[in-house]
Amino acid sequence: MRTVYAIHGGIHPPEEKHLSHPGKVLDAGLPSELILPLSQHIGAPAEPIVNVGDKVKAGQLLAESQGAVSAAVHAPTSGTVTAIGMRPVPHPSGLENTCICLVPDGADEWITTRGVEDYRAESPQTLIQHIRDAGISGLGGAGFPTATKLLARDRCAIDTLIINGTECEPYITADDTLMQVAAEQIVAGAEIIAHILGASIILYGVEDNKPDALKAMQAAVAAQGDVGDREVMSFPTKYPSGGEKQLIEILTGKQVPSGGLPADVGIVCQNPGTAVAVRDAIIDGKPLTERLVTLTGRALGKPCNYRVRLGTPISHLLALSAFTPGSKQRLIHGGPMMGFALETGAVPVIKTTNCVLAPTHEELPAPPPAQACIRCGLCAEACPASLLPQQLYWYAKAKDQEQLEKHNLFDCIECGACSWVCPSTIPLVQYYRAAKSTIVEARQDKQRAERSQARFEARQERVEREAREREAKRAARKLAAQKKAESADAEDPVQAAIARAKARKESVVKSEDVS
Amino acid sequence: MLALITDHPLLTALTALLALGLVFGGLLGFASVKFRTEGNPLADQINTLLPQTQCGQCGYPGCRPYAQAIADGDAINKCPPGGQETIDALANLLDVEPEPLDAEHGIEKEPRVAFVREDECIGCTKCIQACPVDAILGAAKQMHTVIADECTGCDLCVEPCPVDCIDMIPRRTGIASWSWSMPSSTESSNIIATDREAA
Repeated sequence: MRTVYAIHGGIHPPEEKHLSHPGKVLDAGLPSELILPLSQHIGAPAEPIVNVGDKVKAGQLLAESQGAVSAAVHAPTSGTVTAIGMRPVPHPSGLENTCICLVPDGADEWITTRGVEDYRAESPQTLIQHIRDAGISGLGGAGFPTATKLLARDRCAIDTLIINGTECEPYITADDTLMQVAAEQIVAGAEIIAHILGASIILYGVEDNKPDALKAMQAAVAAQGDVGDREVMSFPTKYPSGGEKQLIEILTGKQVPSGGLPADVGIVCQNPGTAVAVRDAIIDGKPLTERLVTLTGRALGKPCNYRVRLGTPISHLLALSAFTPGSKQRLIHGGPMMGFALETGAVPVIKTTNCVLAPTHEELPAPPPAQACIRCGLCAEACPASLLPQQLYWYAKAKDQEQLEKHNLFDCIECGACSWVCPSTIPLVQYYRAAKSTIVEARQDKQRAERSQARFEARQERVEREAREREAKRAARKLAAQKKAESADAEDPVQAAIARAKARKESVVKSEDVS
Repeated sequence: MLALITDHPLLTALTALLALGLVFGGLLGFASVKFRTEGNPLADQINTLLPQTQCGQCGYPGCRPYAQAIADGDAINKCPPGGQETIDALANLLDVEPEPLDAEHGIEKEPRVAFVREDECIGCTKCIQACPVDAILGAAKQMHTVIADECTGCDLCVEPCPVDCIDMIPRRTGIASWSWSMPSSTESSNIIATDREAA
């Protein structure tokens, strides 16, 4: 039994997890159209390799990953590609992005898939390539391409893999449900990831508000016998224990350095859903085409967890769960703390969609207008990253980028705990997000300016050099011509003739003068 | 020696002062030669604040000459690509009052890049010669194209094109250009929540 450590700050918002009946999964079925955004992850968008009108089978590659940080997109079912164009996507901006539209033919015919027979015999590089080919990106939070994350093994020695089954955000029960229904697959996936990383320890972190998931995970880990240092750890429920750096501190007592990655302390975190996706990719050869999504909120008649094909419009899921929109109805992608409002139900489920929240107005009222900061300091007490939210707020308002960086703005995980405790209901996180993007943009502009300056100076130098060379050539030519003229003076018949003519003319002039 | 000093106190003091003056003068003279700063450090500092588009909208042939001009006392509000942000940064550096952008030199626009409509390009190389950062690729009678990552959006290639096949397009569009904005300041007004609900 390992010791569980405590983290600074944190809050206890109402959990509301019972609403969506964790542990029960329904199948969302086939919608009339699937919309697959080319950018469902952090990094470069995928590049489509199919054309409009193509017939595709389930599991077929539709768009391949571009560059190091990118993830491929596969067809979740068989059908016809009807369009490649702009569609609304789940994004805080509410803007459109390029998507591949697929109309299912209903047959759900799969390509022939072949898994790896014995993954222990394969090299980590081969397995990482399989994971990259399967288009897997983190299913828990930000959607970082998993293959890229696993490449951390080349940089640092990794000794511990943490499977993050915390799911600390209110309402969401997708991971809870997955741990109850697919504990063996999670454990199998975790073993594969640990093999790739060369990690000897696997820790499963589960909050103590999920007793059923905890039992299922303990049973699954016990069932595989003695394969090394494996432990399912339970710890007190607190938001945001599921933050990567927070969970690492809770389970191991280690702190990830500011600006660093978990790999710097020899740890990699993965979501249980990602572990299952890795297992499916390696053992069955299946790409990532579906995930569990929690449909919850009191505006739904039948909130539940659904097994959903990626690209399924959220409106399809809302219809399945008996959605009755009220006045001022809001739809939230993700949870109430870190999610963002959707402008339309036409957006599809993507790899990072863990929850769709449809609260009634009374359940989750819009925040009242912000009032002046009264310097109570509650935000600093709640901050899980031990930052000074109040200072950051002042500096963000004053646009003082230097001070913001000095106060470690970039260690903010945007969990929203500070805004939640703020008695003046100041939207603190929004200030931090805006300040972060301004600083990132300023850094990019600076780099760009430096590059332009270098190119400008290089060009300037080249232009001057060319001008000098031209001048030198011209001078050389002139000199050569002069020399030639001088040396040829005596023999050159033309010059001699001119000289004679001149002499004659002069003598004529002279004789005229004389006369 | 001591007797000499006590005999001629005035002369001694003068000699001592003269000697000191010579020694320190020599030291200063040596230091000024030895530690001479190359170029103008203020102009360099100013140059790092300018956006390096090299567009010449300020009336100088590039950012570096404008930086030099500012160091020599020119106005700080002649740089439209840098906009108010650059003016504020310059004002901060030079400890002067920030001024609004001088509209005579242009207005602040979103960042743009040049785009060659390749079907119409006749391969005259005029734009290549105009580009201050060598961001246009091509050769005589070959189609030209812009390296978008290196283009500063300076506009200088648009004018020389004899067939008008160069467009200035926004550098980023759609979702890529979106970022979180600061919350609108509602602190002073609309404090009573129920007032807003009724609206």
